[in-house]
Amino acid sequence: MTQAPIRERAVTPDGIGESVGRPDGVPKVKGEFEYSSDLHVDGMLWGATLRSPHPHASIHSIDTSETGTMTGVFAVLTHEDVPGRKVYGMEIPDQPVLAWEKVRYQGEAVALVAADHPETARRALEKIRVDYEVLDPVTDAEAAMAEDAPRLHLSGNVLRRVDVGHGDPGATAEVVVEGEYEVGMQDQAFLGPESGLAIPHGEGGVDLYISTQWLHVDQDQVAESLGLPPEMVRLTLSGVGGAFGGREDLSMQIHACMLALHTSRPVKMVYGREESFYGHVHRHPAKMRYEHGATRDGQLVYVRANLLFDGGAYASSSNAVCLNAATFACGPYDVPNAQIESHMLYTNNPPCGAMRGFGAVQVCFAHEAQMDKLAEKLGMDSVEIRMKNAIEPGMKFPFGQEVPYPAPVREILERVRAMPLPQERESMGRDLRELPGGVSNTTHGEGVRRGVGYAVGFKNIGFSAGFDDYSTARVSLSVEDGKPVARVLTAAAEVGQGLVMVQAQIARTELGVENVVVETADTRIGSAGSTSASRQTYVTGAAVKEACEKVRERVFDLAREEFGESDGLAIEDGNVVSDGLVVAPLAEVLGDAEISETVEFHHRATHPLDENGQGDAHLQFAFAAHRAVVEVDTELGLARVVEVATAQDVGKIINPLALEGQIEGGIAQGLGLALMEEIQIDDGRIQNASFTDYLIPTILDMPPVKIEILELADPEAPYGLKGVGEPPTIASTPAIVAALRDATDRDLARIPVRPEHIVGLEVKP
Amino acid sequence: MEFLQPADLREVLETKAAHPEAVPIFGGTDVMVDLNFDRERPGAVLDLTRVPEIREWSRKDRRLRVGAGVTYTRAITELGGLLPGLAMASRTVGSPQIRNRGTIGGNLGSASPAGDALPPLYASDAGIEVASVRGVRMVPVEEFITGPRTNALRPDELITAFMIPEARGPQQYAKIGPRNAMVIAVCSLGLALHPESRAVGACIGSAGPTPIRPHEAEGFIEGVIEEHGLWESRSEIPASALERFGALVAEAAKPIDDVRGTASYRRHAVGVLARRTLTWAWDEYRRDAG
Repeated sequence: MTQAPIRERAVTPDGIGESVGRPDGVPKVKGEFEYSSDLHVDGMLWGATLRSPHPHASIHSIDTSETGTMTGVFAVLTHEDVPGRKVYGMEIPDQPVLAWEKVRYQGEAVALVAADHPETARRALEKIRVDYEVLDPVTDAEAAMAEDAPRLHLSGNVLRRVDVGHGDPGATAEVVVEGEYEVGMQDQAFLGPESGLAIPHGEGGVDLYISTQWLHVDQDQVAESLGLPPEMVRLTLSGVGGAFGGREDLSMQIHACMLALHTSRPVKMVYGREESFYGHVHRHPAKMRYEHGATRDGQLVYVRANLLFDGGAYASSSNAVCLNAATFACGPYDVPNAQIESHMLYTNNPPCGAMRGFGAVQVCFAHEAQMDKLAEKLGMDSVEIRMKNAIEPGMKFPFGQEVPYPAPVREILERVRAMPLPQERESMGRDLRELPGGVSNTTHGEGVRRGVGYAVGFKNIGFSAGFDDYSTARVSLSVEDGKPVARVLTAAAEVGQGLVMVQAQIARTELGVENVVVETADTRIGSAGSTSASRQTYVTGAAVKEACEKVRERVFDLAREEFGESDGLAIEDGNVVSDGLVVAPLAEVLGDAEISETVEFHHRATHPLDENGQGDAHLQFAFAAHRAVVEVDTELGLARVVEVATAQDVGKIINPLALEGQIEGGIAQGLGLALMEEIQIDDGRIQNASFTDYLIPTILDMPPVKIEILELADPEAPYGLKGVGEPPTIASTPAIVAALRDATDRDLARIPVRPEHIVGLEVKP
Repeated sequence: MEFLQPADLREVLETKAAHPEAVPIFGGTDVMVDLNFDRERPGAVLDLTRVPEIREWSRKDRRLRVGAGVTYTRAITELGGLLPGLAMASRTVGSPQIRNRGTIGGNLGSASPAGDALPPLYASDAGIEVASVRGVRMVPVEEFITGPRTNALRPDELITAFMIPEARGPQQYAKIGPRNAMVIAVCSLGLALHPESRAVGACIGSAGPTPIRPHEAEGFIEGVIEEHGLWESRSEIPASALERFGALVAEAAKPIDDVRGTASYRRHAVGVLARRTLTWAWDEYRRDAG
């Protein structure tokens, strides 16, 4: 399916640059991998959560008396039973562990039950009587801004506002294009539901086996709400079935631990599929108004944008999303004058937070549509206008940060444009699978038109705006069964992205050993930071690399002590060598010694934005361009993406196969947002909490992907690498929508694009 | 929950008479979803998989008796030549795993207007064989499906089979979904040409409370075909008549707005599908002459 011109340049077998396979790949395919939902221990109880049926209501009372007498029920807990802090949250602790006084979204947790069987637990939930007084929900970010809107939090309804002002606010231009754009609420749609197992460890604390993106931020929040010191709450990463940002916030972590400590029994919690849609945050829906001004020859003069995000009921990571959107609102272009307002509002909709792309996705859809609009108005080619305005190293972003090297916007655009287009073929008489509608047999070629669209996007890698972003790694080297073995321990969460391979590859490359054990991540070691912001290969990778370097130096010390050799020491093929000559086998140098080094790697400091939205806010920028070719049945509004071509700068390829997986997966998620993925909300209520009606692309929707990789080393990053997880998701969506516009001549200002939009029927309110 | 597993038809009917509240199960692709989502907690489940009369199909005098337990996969592989419209519809159902388990009887039992197997049954005037200890009765499919998720089954009755004439002319099925596979119909259309009875059967799926036969559209196009002697000449149907057929089908739809699509889009789309499927079927009819 895929052309893979990714070069393999092996140095050490299975080291950096090699397509090392997933250790859990075969077990996952065979169904033998243990996900957190598969955890089991004898005597465990099952936890279940009572959730609010209302998006907004006052709670007058909670009566659990009927439940307490049920056989098989071991605990019924409410907010009164939260031992410590009654709220949690990563940035702002504003979300009740269990609701009291008020519920602010449909699905908010109100009470917990532990029972000896999941069915018993569910039945017990039905016996809890909650006296609600239903309130009018605030279901729209614009409505939340109104003066007379109900105040959802004491701080008001404005969760965050970021303004970026750059250049002349009154700038005028010869050519102006305006647009209003809307992005629906996308879900991460990970397949492994929220789940974990909490086991009291007998000393008043608890062990939690959990799927998460960041063990330590969970640990801190769980401990705080349990009223325990962090070391009494030990977390171990369990099998994670996808994350994409949706596991940054807590789900059942505190709940399971509360039930376990209350009953002194192990307690397992697993959300069902429907419950999972209520159990994690989603991508922020956005409404964005844009105005672009340019000269007659297509040079951008100014960008004005008003961004409005629906943060839902609680803060989650909305603060950072709001800032990200403001800093990426103009796209990777040289914009001399910019006025950006980014608003984040509380509503009674489901809480929104982190999802792959994190604020860059929404604005990229808008700024790329604007660039096409401008090109059309000027009669320019859509790639030309982007190249003409492409940002370059040494320039300044509208938020004041200097563009670091490398920033190959022009080059990746040239690369995608230069890739051969898929051949245009007669649409009549094709296999149904090669037509819009697929095997549903809606066209035999009638009404089918082809379109091509381009887009380019970028994303910050790592945590920004002054956050002390670091990772901790311990690397040990010793001889086991006569062979040198390196062990790597970090608390970094493997969520399917391939960090386990990366850690081992780095150790092999740096230590020249074949056998590397990557230990299960847990909180015995310091924080690795979050598996998000495409940061783990960079930050944890750097920590592992530095720890390996320290271990290696100590090996050389040993070699010098024992053999007196000192020049040009290296480890190659299991031997310590000096200027290329073997000194001794590594195992012999090590003997009985175990060398162990722990390193905390902090990346270069970033800074918050000032009141004008100016500052060196971001660590690293990664760029990707996409070209989509679509075929649209213009009469029925059904589309098939024929091909996506992409060029991305990754600095250095660590694992070609895993990179290809990230790129294809990211494009699939981008395609989903373009064409089908939306949590539909009506009056604060989710209408499609299932994979029957929340549609994600199938293999028949996913086209072949052509990939070109650039390796322009970032001088600050380990091996020169750049994070790769998010960039594929950012510009793929606008490229696909641009291609739909090319095929249909319609505006298509809202994603996901629905068939009725393509055929031009009135849009659903 | 009780699990009842009778071994033959007589026993199954007796069991149903004794446990009218028992929910019949064959493939379980609907029933298990209801159980898993906690929408239903039946006291008993009645397994039909052991009953040969429900599991098998037979052919006599160019008519078929198809057991309610015939799966979509079998409809594709075993009945594709005899019931091409049903086979095309079956191909659009779920994933391979769902098609291996799910049955056409299940579509009749669930009576969802989005059931893919229903329009082809309507378009060929299928009869539903309904059995109880009191005897067997045959109900035309159009009368069997009485509303959204309701059918004419009495508490002691089971759907044992459907009776349908084998295809004597081209058949088509087309379905709209926002993705290219594994999707519940936003709307659909089944169409069958019956040259021997000089009839055109059509049925709208998922754009009304039940599947809908667009009788006026059928009558119109049959009139055009008669008037121009097209059954004999096998000439093209005039484009204006195809358009009008589509428009009449669109008019016959009774769609609603819901999470899967808007009413106006559904009405528009069934009209397009009607015109296209009739065009394809008629082209095939014309080719068959050669």
